Amino acid sequence: MTQYSALAVLRNALSGNTGWTRAWRDPEPKPAYDVVIIGSGHGVATAYYLAKEHGIRNIAVLDKGWLGGGNIGRNTTIIRSNYMLDGNTQFYEWSMKLWEGLSHEINFNTMVSHRGLYNLAHTPGQWDQMARRGNIMRLNGIDAELFTLPELKRRVRYLDYSPTARFPIYGALHQPRAGTVRHDAVAWGYARAADKLGVDIIQNCEVTGFLRDTAGRVTGVSTTRGDIGAGKVGMAVAGNSSLLADKVGLKLPIESHVLQAFVSEPIKPLVDHVITFGAGHFYVSQSDKGGLVFGGDLDGYNSYAQRGNLPTVEHVVTEGKTLIPQIARVKLVRSWGGIMDMSMDGSPIICKSPIDGLYLNAGWCYGGFKATPASGWCFAWTIAKDVPHEFNAKFTLDRFRRGVPIDEKGQGPVPGWH
Amino acid sequence: MRINCPHCGPRDSAEYTYYGDASRVRPSLTDTGVEHWHAYVHERNNVKGPMQEFWHHLHGCRQWLVVTRNTATHEIGAVRFAKSPVSDTAGA
Repeated sequence: MTQYSALAVLRNALSGNTGWTRAWRDPEPKPAYDVVIIGSGHGVATAYYLAKEHGIRNIAVLDKGWLGGGNIGRNTTIIRSNYMLDGNTQFYEWSMKLWEGLSHEINFNTMVSHRGLYNLAHTPGQWDQMARRGNIMRLNGIDAELFTLPELKRRVRYLDYSPTARFPIYGALHQPRAGTVRHDAVAWGYARAADKLGVDIIQNCEVTGFLRDTAGRVTGVSTTRGDIGAGKVGMAVAGNSSLLADKVGLKLPIESHVLQAFVSEPIKPLVDHVITFGAGHFYVSQSDKGGLVFGGDLDGYNSYAQRGNLPTVEHVVTEGKTLIPQIARVKLVRSWGGIMDMSMDGSPIICKSPIDGLYLNAGWCYGGFKATPASGWCFAWTIAKDVPHEFNAKFTLDRFRRGVPIDEKGQGPVPGWH
Repeated sequence: MRINCPHCGPRDSAEYTYYGDASRVRPSLTDTGVEHWHAYVHERNNVKGPMQEFWHHLHGCRQWLVVTRNTATHEIGAVRFAKSPVSDTAGA
């Protein structure tokens, strides 16, 4: 397989780009593997770290569609680690650290851009809350800066600071290392790197059920391309976790909801950072092609349809216009919906399931994309060693029963946070 | 999506608020077992396909409705008042 480098680009430029080989193989499924991972979003990251960190090479990653066709390709590409509660804070910071070296590690340009993220505060109360969050981040070794209005105005010039603004801006919490990543490249890069280590990536292979022995242990999966045996099965199918878990009689604390995202027509560079509007729920960045990439609230009802409805479109673009009035006449060119696993506390689940041989990676709510490296890394650890790493030790399934949810918003068991 | 309110007629879904699965039954208040309450508060059937749901016609007649809606297609089927056949478990 070709090693990507500036020299390779140059050589191929001279030879008419005839020297490139395919990035990963397209193998037929073998009858059995040591580990089968379902889902090729966090799943390819998991397979990569299983192969690289734990020396397990006999792995298949199954996807019912094509690589990168699930939520890893249906998000707003933001990365950040501005969390507050133990469990989340350390986990997402580990993810940020893995993002920092990722392109070099997997020899694939994932276009990690640490452009910084500004969370806007619109009231003194919100400002105090951000100061608290920022302090907790700094105590955990994470970068955070609190900006007053004059400093914010100097740094971010295009927001509506007028006295007549509907929600006047009070200040902001800034995480300089936050930013964006090219999402497709993450799926492709991990797939290529995993494939290089011997992992079979099998697309168009939908899991239709689980094989179990007499003791109830999961021993493989049945798929649209035949039965595949497995020493261990990991499922990383956020959006459809409940449906798959149902096939082994497992009921999850999850509702599937549709979250829409939007891209505008390309415009000259305007939004240099990631900006989140604190008076509602709106986040925006600008892609390298010039399109504004933004999103907001869930549509608010259970859904498996990968599309939303117009009231939410209107709601989200109204927030954008409130915050940055000059984008009012920019046209939308694209919108899409992703199906989110909304857990009952807004935090994910990465653990052994109550069923032997089955491992769970679910409940990603709004935040799955930025977690991809750490999710794969921790899930690989859990599968390989049968115990969680300290970074995912709190992301258990039974935390709800035990009354120890990781509820950043402190608003109780409602599937709508983060 | 348009929901056909039995009182007001077909109205845009934006007039309504959503409360989720109408098939969940709240355990009796005298039931102090953890398992039943855990199942009720946290666990979900998370159906793909036709699902009975509570919707509140907040910006209309303010009635709670039970709407049958397909979560895979957003197609809306039967709608009825929540107060009729469902018991006091509506959890409004």
